Amino acid sequence: MSLDEARLHELLQKQQAGQVKAKDRYEIPSQPMPAQDAVVRRSNINEVALGYTETQARLEAMRCLQCKNAPCVEGCPVRIRIRDFVAAIADGKYDEALAIIRENSLLPAVCGRVCPQEVQCQETCTVGRKFKDVDKSVSIGRLERFVADRHKGGLLPKIAPPTGKKVAIIGSGPGGIVCAADTRRAGHDVTVFEAFHKPGGVMVYGIPEFRLPKAIVQEEIDVLKKMGVKIVCNFIVGRTRTIGDLMKEDGFDAVYVGVGAGLPRFMGIEGEQLVGVYSANEYLTRSNLMRAYAFGKGSDTPIAQSKRVAVVGGGNVAMDAARTAVRLGAEKVYLVYRRSEKEMPARVEEVHHAKEEGIEFHILQNPKRILGNEMGHVVGIECLRYELGEPDDSGRRRPVPIDGSEFMLDVDTVIVAIGNGANPLIQQTTPELEFNKWGNVIVDEKCATSMKGVYAGGDIVLGAATVILAMGQGRIAAAAINEYLAKG
Amino acid sequence: MSYKIVSKQQLSENVFTIEVEAPLIARARKAGQFVIVGVSNEYGERIPLTIAGAEPVKGTIRLIFQRVGKTTTQMADMNVGDSFGHVAGPLGKPTHVQKFGTVVCVGGGIGNAPLLPIAQAMKQAGNTILSILGSRNKELLILEEEFKIISDELIIVTDDGSYGRKAMVTEPLKELCRRNPKPDLVVAIGPTIMMKFCCETTRPMQIPTVVSLNTIMVDGTGMCGGCRVEVGGKTKFVCVDGPEFDGHQVDFDQMMKRMTAYRKLEQQALDAYQEHRCKIGLDQR
Ligand SMILES: Cc1cc2nc3c(=O)[nH]c(=O)nc-3n(C[C@H](O)[C@H](O)[C@H](O)COP(=O)(O)OP(=O)(O)OC[C@H]3O[C@@H](n4cnc5c(N)ncnc54)[C@H](O)[C@@H]3O)c2cc1C
Ligand SMILES: Cc1cc2nc3c(=O)[nH]c(=O)nc-3n(C[C@H](O)[C@H](O)[C@H](O)COP(=O)(O)OP(=O)(O)OC[C@H]3O[C@@H](n4cnc5c(N)ncnc54)[C@H](O)[C@@H]3O)c2cc1C
Ligand code: SF4
Ligand code: SF4
Ligand code: FES
Repeated sequence: MSLDEARLHELLQKQQAGQVKAKDRYEIPSQPMPAQDAVVRRSNINEVALGYTETQARLEAMRCLQCKNAPCVEGCPVRIRIRDFVAAIADGKYDEALAIIRENSLLPAVCGRVCPQEVQCQETCTVGRKFKDVDKSVSIGRLERFVADRHKGGLLPKIAPPTGKKVAIIGSGPGGIVCAADTRRAGHDVTVFEAFHKPGGVMVYGIPEFRLPKAIVQEEIDVLKKMGVKIVCNFIVGRTRTIGDLMKEDGFDAVYVGVGAGLPRFMGIEGEQLVGVYSANEYLTRSNLMRAYAFGKGSDTPIAQSKRVAVVGGGNVAMDAARTAVRLGAEKVYLVYRRSEKEMPARVEEVHHAKEEGIEFHILQNPKRILGNEMGHVVGIECLRYELGEPDDSGRRRPVPIDGSEFMLDVDTVIVAIGNGANPLIQQTTPELEFNKWGNVIVDEKCATSMKGVYAGGDIVLGAATVILAMGQGRIAAAAINEYLAKG
Repeated sequence: MSYKIVSKQQLSENVFTIEVEAPLIARARKAGQFVIVGVSNEYGERIPLTIAGAEPVKGTIRLIFQRVGKTTTQMADMNVGDSFGHVAGPLGKPTHVQKFGTVVCVGGGIGNAPLLPIAQAMKQAGNTILSILGSRNKELLILEEEFKIISDELIIVTDDGSYGRKAMVTEPLKELCRRNPKPDLVVAIGPTIMMKFCCETTRPMQIPTVVSLNTIMVDGTGMCGGCRVEVGGKTKFVCVDGPEFDGHQVDFDQMMKRMTAYRKLEQQALDAYQEHRCKIGLDQR
C-alpha cells in the first residue's frame, strides 16, 4: 500500500466512525495533478495533465468540508451541486457523482479541464479561503474530470416522443451541443449546422489537443448522433442558406444561433501583413483542426517552421498559441503582454504550464511595429515598455507606454492573440436580428432575440467568454425553445 | 452529403473541369462566389475554388482547376464516382452586376474560369462584353468557346504567338481603353502579376477595374485572417470582404509576397505525393 492509499484507508475508517474533523481535512495535502514531464511534452501533442488516480481523487474529495451554504456553488456559472458530487466521490460512488454533475452540465470532461476554476467555483471555496490561497481550494475541476473520464461514452438520456417540431442549431460549439441535446430530449427534430468540416467549435479548432483531447469532444458529438440529432457540416448559415430560408422554406420552427466570436483582431501596426504574422485563430486552426503538426506524416497543411516566435496577448488563446509553437519546434517563444502578470486573463494552470515549457514572459511590453526583410518575411518586432497607470473601465490598471523605451526582439514569427470580434456574416444576412454596436446579438434573459423563434447564446452574445458560459446559455435557450414550441 | 464527382474533363495539359454534387450550393451560388474543398476530411488541406457554373436542377456545381500543387494534383487524380471529403459554400460576396455599358473582361490562364460566370452575368445584365483572353500558348488556352458565345468582341493573345496575337493581355487592353467612348468597367482575373499590370494600364485612364484575388485561405468565413490583403490602406479579408476589389486600391506587391509563404512546404508535400503516386501506380493511368 502506498502512503497515499494508507492515508486514505485511515481516513475512510475514521469517516465510518464519524470521527473526521475539519482539522483532519485541512491536514490532507492538496493533491497535485499528475502531468507529463515538461521537457518530454515539448515535443509531443499529447495531453499534459494526466488526471487523478482513484486514491488521489478520494483524498482530494475528503478535503471538502461539506459546508452548509456551499459557497463554491455560487461560483459555478451553471450551479453544479458541487458539495454533493464531491461527497459522492469521497464515498467512492462515482456514477452518482457524475449523475449529479450531469444535472447541470452536459460536458463535464470538457469543463473539468478548461474552466477557469480559480475565478469560478474554486475562488469561493471555504478551504481556499481558510489558507488564503486559491490554489489550496478543493480541486473541483479535477474531480469533475476524474468522474467524467471514468465513465467514457456518456449516458444516453431519455428522449420524449416526437413533437413534429424542427429545431436548427447554428454552430457546433459547446452552446450549440448543449442546446441540441436539451431540445432533442424534449422530442424535437434537431439539426446542427456547422461551417467547418468537423463539429465541436473552438473545442476542436482552437483549444489544442494537449489541453483538451479531441476524442473527448468527438464522444460528445457521438452521443448527440446516437440521440438522433442530425449534424450537417460544411453548411454556412448566411451563405448556404440564411436563417430566413431555414424558417420560411425548410420548415424549422425555432433556431439557436451559437456561431461564436470568429473575427480575429489585429493590432493595426506597421508590418502586420508580413509573411510570418498570424492570427492565433489561423495558427491554431492550421495546427489543430488541420493537423499541421503532422505535416509530412499524413497531413499536408503547411505552417511556418519557426525558430523564434513572439505571441502577443495574455489570455488562454495566447498561451495555447505559444505552447503550440513550442511543440511545432520553435527554439524560443516569447509571450508579449502589455499589462502585468496579475492581469493576465489566462487560466493560472496554463500560465504555469507555459512557463514550465520554457516560454519567456515579456510583461508590460507591447509591439510597436513588425519588421520584415526584402522578401516580406518577419525578422523582428520592435516593442515598447509599459508601466501601470490609473485603473480603466475594466477596473484593471491601464498600461501606459514609457517614452523612448523601444527595443527589438529577434523573431521570425508573430502570432497575434488579442481577441476576437463578432463575425458579421449572420448580421449581414439576417436583417430582422438586432445586434449591439460590437456586432453581438442582443438577447433577453431567456436568450430570445428580437426575431420570433430565434434564440442565441455563447460568444456571439457574450463576446469572447468561456465554455461553461456558452454551455449555460445553450441550456437556457433550449429551455426557452422547448417552452416556445410547447405553446405553438 | 456526398460531394461526388459526376463528370470530369481535361481542358488542357494541367487544367481540369469537374462537376460535383452539391445541391444546396448549386441553388444558392451567384457569379463571383467560390467554395472551399478538401479531398479528405481528416488530413486534407482546404483550398478555395471559384464556382465556374452550376445546374441547380441537377444539383451540381462546376469547378475548373489547374494542377499546381499537392491538392490540385490529387484532385486531378480523382475520377467520376469519387467524392470529396468536404465542399463548403458558396463563399464570398457575389459580383456586383448591373448594366454598366461596355465591360472589358480580361482573363489570364486559369483566371478564365472565375471570369466566365462574371462575364456571363454581365452579358445578361445587358452589357457589351469585350473579352481578352491570354495564355502562354495555344494548348493552355481554356474556355474559348464559352467566351465566344457571350462576347461582342473576343481578342486572344499568347505569350509565344502560337495562337491569336503574340502579346500580353495589357496590350489589347490599352487599345480598348483608348477607344471612344471609353469602356465603363474592366474586370481582370488571372495571375496576380497580370492583375497588377492590368490595373496599372487602366489607372491613368481612370477606368474602374475589378480584380478577383486568390490569396491563401483556410476557413473562408472570416475566422482566421489568413487571406488578408491591404486595400486602400485598410486590412481586408478576401474571403468575406471580397474576393473582388477595386484593383486600383489593392497592394499587389505585398499580396504576392504573402502568397509565397509556404512555397517550400508546398513543394515538399507535392514531391511526397508524387512519390506515393509512382509507388501505387497512379501515374500509369
Ligand atoms: C484558443 C482558445 C482557447 C480557449 N480556452 C478556453 C479555456 O481554457 N476555458 C474556457 O472556458 N474557454 C476557453 N476559450 C473560449 C471558449 O472556447 C469559447 O468561449 C466557447 O467555445 C464559445 O462557445 P460557443 O458555443 O459560442 O461556440 P464556438 O465554440 O465559438 O463555436 C461556434 C461554431 O459555430 C460555427 N459557425 C460560425 N459561423 C457559422 C455559420 N454562419 N454557419 C454555421 N456554423 C457557423 C463555427 O465554425 C464554430 O464551430 C478558448 C477559446 C480559444 C479560441
Ligand atoms: C477565391 C479564390 C478562388 C480561386 N479559384 C480558383 C479556380 O477556380 N481554379 C483554380 O485552379 N484555382 C483557383 N484558386 C487558386 C487555388 O485555390 C490554388 O491554386 C490551390 O489552393 C492550390 O493548392 P495546391 O495544394 O494544389 O497547391 P499548393 O502547392 O498548395 O500551392 C500552389 C499555389 O497555390 C496557392 N495556394 C496554396 N494554398 C492555397 C489556399 N489554401 N488558398 C489559396 N491559394 C493557395 C499558393 O499561392 C501557391 O503558390 C482560387 C483561389 C481563391 C482564393
Ligand atoms: S463547471 Fe466549471 S465552474 Fe462549474 S463546478 Fe465545474 S469546473 Fe467549476
Ligand atoms: S466551498 Fe469548498 S469546502 Fe465548501 S462545500 Fe464547496 S468545495 Fe467543499
Ligand atoms: S480564409 Fe480565413 S479569414 Fe479568410
